[in-house]
Amino acid sequence: MTKTRAAGRTVGGLRTLSLQAPAVTLLLLWMIVPLAMTVWFSLQRYNLLMPEMTGFAGLENYRYLFTDPALWTAMGNTLLLVGSVLAITVVGGTLLAVLFQQEFPGRGVARVLAISPFFVMPTVSALVWKNMMMHPSNGVLSWLAESFGLPAVDWFSSLPLTSIIIIVSWQWLPFALLILLTAIQSLDDDQVEAARMDGAGPVAIFFFITLPHLKRAISVVIMIEMIFLLTIFAEIFVTTSGGPGLATTNLAFLIYIQALLDFDVGMASAGGVVAVILANIVAIFLVRMVAKNLES
Amino acid sequence: MTTAKTKFPATAERMPPQAAGVSPLRSAFARRLGLTALGWAIACLIFFPIFWMVLTGFKTESAAIADPSLIFSPTLESYIAVQERAGYFKFAMNSVVVAFGSTLAALLIAIPSAYSMAFLPTRRTKGTLLWMLSTKMLPPVGVLVPIYLLFRDVGLLDTRTGLTIVYTLMNLPIVVWMLYTFFKDLPKDILEAGRMDGASTLQEVCFLLLPLTLPGIASTGLLSVILSWNEAFWSLNLTSSKAAPLTAYIASFSSPEGLFWAKLSAASTMAIAPILVFGWLTQKQMVRGLTFGAVK
Repeated sequence: MTKTRAAGRTVGGLRTLSLQAPAVTLLLLWMIVPLAMTVWFSLQRYNLLMPEMTGFAGLENYRYLFTDPALWTAMGNTLLLVGSVLAITVVGGTLLAVLFQQEFPGRGVARVLAISPFFVMPTVSALVWKNMMMHPSNGVLSWLAESFGLPAVDWFSSLPLTSIIIIVSWQWLPFALLILLTAIQSLDDDQVEAARMDGAGPVAIFFFITLPHLKRAISVVIMIEMIFLLTIFAEIFVTTSGGPGLATTNLAFLIYIQALLDFDVGMASAGGVVAVILANIVAIFLVRMVAKNLES
Repeated sequence: MTTAKTKFPATAERMPPQAAGVSPLRSAFARRLGLTALGWAIACLIFFPIFWMVLTGFKTESAAIADPSLIFSPTLESYIAVQERAGYFKFAMNSVVVAFGSTLAALLIAIPSAYSMAFLPTRRTKGTLLWMLSTKMLPPVGVLVPIYLLFRDVGLLDTRTGLTIVYTLMNLPIVVWMLYTFFKDLPKDILEAGRMDGASTLQEVCFLLLPLTLPGIASTGLLSVILSWNEAFWSLNLTSSKAAPLTAYIASFSSPEGLFWAKLSAASTMAIAPILVFGWLTQKQMVRGLTFGAVK
């Protein structure tokens, strides 16, 4: 009896193994090989423009990287970009989720319009904003400002990082809205009704019932956005190319400059390792949270 | 009422008497009107850049950079120019091949894996799922250098095959996760009944599981198509002219030589239209995939 059960388990185990093998092997290759190469390159003297300079560099690349003021500028920009976009999208997304949860004529269509920017490819949203919205003389925003008698703003030269923040927030606000709207729908109507019967106003209901209910969904939104926002690239690539100066260079863009423009593989890899470590700090919390959810 | 824990005073005492002349019906109507106006105003504000882009695509180049106006004589000249001069269709084909190719590949690899996780769970299943999730959190910029060099050495740079491989692996964790949550929702008895009747694993999957979970598989596929279609880090870094998908083609409008807003708008409208429709269709199910089942 025990023997057959053990045999059954082995057969089951084999079946599981063969079914999962393709996905697991491919992901393992995708993750381990390039990551190991990045770590390896980061310890090498490796510049595509100077093929004669090779060999083990130890932590030299990291030393150059960490003493390079550009890294700290890029880190600061990354932090500012991620922090601002998170604040705007999470606060805005929560308020909009409450708004679009209310019953009103045409709510379905209004919801669809509001989540649409999330499905627009990043290069399109960046260029539409840069040209048609924020252009200093022909853009809609400057036209609006002028019709109110205000001076037009040259967005990308005077407020470069703010401009990027606006564009990225416009793309990610719908994401927060979409997730939080789904979460808010599982809110118990009876509970809200009971509170209202007891005389709670809309503000009290929001803070004491809605917000606690959304707590988990909000943290999921924060973590997922963080992981993607840490390495925003295309929006910067098509609008400012990291400039003026380094004003809009984030960590991802700095690595791109070092790798594909300066051909300094060693330095770029060291930067890549830093990016991976930063993302992993966030990822640990997210994975833990998902794991908890998997058990329930 | 006395036994219940009341946080708020009872309704009758709390409610202020209605102001003279305003019936409760009237104020409810005013509230509804205000809500509707606010909801629609915000939705239209968020959607405005997309609306404006679509409109600009039907203008002439000179009308596109003139003062913003809703009144103009629509023309298709930009749409025609985008195809005739830039060969829009070629880039669109690249997007279609890469997005659908990588989705098909990811589904084929993920279905057996998700099947075994949902129906033959072992002690390691949870760990494997979480590990797959963690690969998604690897910032692409961390592996840009090795992937670029590997692709250069094996001749995959600027090829559809190369981009398809990257997108397949990029979306594989999300596809496995989403399929897993859909498969798990299926009552186990149904597959068991099939097994009793002597169905093999392959028959079980093809004739029972896939037809029964088709809506879930379809929305998983659509999410994968959307993510690949809009991806702009790898497409900008790994392709140049031959295999460039729409994200990279649109990015070429960022060059400062002259303003081609109408053509940019026409090309962008065509590039985002199908994905917007896909997104609208699957917004509900998409939340599962985007949050790894953490928000339902």
